[in-house]
This record gives sequence, structure tokens and C-alpha cells, in this order.
Amino acid sequence: MTEFTATVTVRLKRGVLDPEAETTKKALERLGFELSALRSADRFELDLEAEDAEAAETRADEMAERLLANPTIHDYDVAVAER
Amino acid sequence: MTVSVVQFGGSNCDRDAVRALRHLGIDAERRWHEDGLPAEPDGIVLPGGFSYGDYLRAGAMAARAPVMAEVREAAEAGVPVLGVCNGAQIGSESGLTPGAFTTNASARFQCEPVHLRVERADTPWTAAYDEGDVIEVPIAHGEGRFEIEADAHDELVDEGRVLFRYCDEAGAVTDEANPNGSTDNVAGVLGERETVAVLMPHPERATLPDVATSTDGAGILRAFA
Repeated sequence: MTEFTATVTVRLKRGVLDPEAETTKKALERLGFELSALRSADRFELDLEAEDAEAAETRADEMAERLLANPTIHDYDVAVAER
Repeated sequence: MTVSVVQFGGSNCDRDAVRALRHLGIDAERRWHEDGLPAEPDGIVLPGGFSYGDYLRAGAMAARAPVMAEVREAAEAGVPVLGVCNGAQIGSESGLTPGAFTTNASARFQCEPVHLRVERADTPWTAAYDEGDVIEVPIAHGEGRFEIEADAHDELVDEGRVLFRYCDEAGAVTDEANPNGSTDNVAGVLGERETVAVLMPHPERATLPDVATSTDGAGILRAFA
């Protein structure tokens, strides 16, 4: 078994309104910054033990499917690195 | 008939739901989620509140609590299940009903009376109304914007599973009357069975004449009678 960190990044699908990101962008503009868009995402770092990177990714993928992301509104990606 | 009102940590409309149901002569009791449901539940309410502090997403944690397996089983057996506000979020997060409820377009928590158009009167939840009736029921949520993928939305409409839409006082379904930016003004939907429904507005807060400006919500709760 090897120790891995699987990083799951969950973001709203393109086209799904993100009022929080919009509000944050406005606040940055109020501070005098210039930007054309702001997108936010949630990042989960999962430390786990697995046979290999593929097994670690599969498990993290299932976690994203079953809880971390809501497939109706979210896309997600998983990146695995040895710890 | 005893309706089980499932109480999670952070539920805060469970007492209101019990009181509103009893006012209508329907027996109801709170059930702490860890105690599970009775062996043969007669009816289930998933009440409003902020279960698990809305961690991750509103309803996400409660939707995965063990009691929800019992709720799903009961729903599949035809037991009436109503999700209100946070209960609606729990219902959609658990897959009992389609779509998702997410951050209001205004990015604000909104607590106000709204008007709903009854889209179907031939369900247990709306038998007290006529199709096209306009009822006044309050909302109180920050994450009530109904989102659904385009194909699933078409299916929902085709199958007649939209139960309530936000509308103006005259019953017109307009953007102005949409308090939270919900897709197609959807305020409440049916599950795969007509005995399962969720809605963001609070019928239990529009039932008791002593505390509510409207008692239009009572008809929804009468489904349990």
C-alpha cells in the first residue's frame, strides 16, 4: 500500500449562475481591481492509502460522485499524487 | 395516522410542522433521526432548518444520514413524504426528487411571503386546490434557486411533476415574481411517485391563523389527513 493525496476540485458547471462569485468579483472591483470574470471552486484534499494511483483515483472519484459534488450543478476533477 | 417529522441536528421547523399538522387534526410527532422511523410510518415530513449547519451544501449531510435509507424505502412503498425548505434540499440531495436547490440569484437570504400557482390539483398535496389557484405561502431561504439540467427539466415538465411555480398575485409566472432565480419559476416538484413532494416555501408557516397572515398552506398538509 502507498500513501496518496487525492485532490478533488468541485466547481459549478459552466452556465450555472454563481451569485457568490459574482458578489466577490464586485467586492474586488470596489477595492479598485480590474478583472473580467471570477470563478470559485471547492478543493478537497484526501489523504488515503491505496494499491496504486489508479485505485486511489477511483476511490476519490466515487467520493466526489456520492457526496463531494452534486452532479446536477457541478463538474469535478481528481488529481492524485504520492505523499 | 401519525406523521413522523424527522429532526436532524439543526432542523428548526420540526415543532412548527407538528403544531400545524395537529391544528389540522392530524397526529404528528418529532422523530430524532438517530432513532429511525417507526416500523410502519404513516407519513413523513422532512422539516426546514439548517441541518448540519448547511455544511458542504444545504441538505448534503442529512441526505446521507442512515434514516434517509428508511425514508427512501417508505417513499418507494407509497408512504407520503413531504420535504419543506431544508427538507426540500435534503430531498433533492438524496435523489428523492430531481434537480438541486442552490444559492439564490440575489445571493441573499430571503424571508418574505410569495405567491405560488398550483400547477396540478390531482395530487395528494394539492387536492384542496383547483389547478391555477394562487396561494400565499412564505419563503425563508438562502439556497432555494431550483437548478436542473435542460433534458431533466423537459422530462419534469412533460411528466407533469412541477407542483408549484412562483407567480404574481394574479397568477402570472414572471421573472419579477421569481424570488430566487429558480429555473422556470419552479417552487415545488414531485418525486417519481405523486406521494413524494418537496417545496421551498413553508406551508406550516401558513396554516395557523393565530400566527400567520395566510392559511393557504394548510391544503398541502391536509395530504396527510
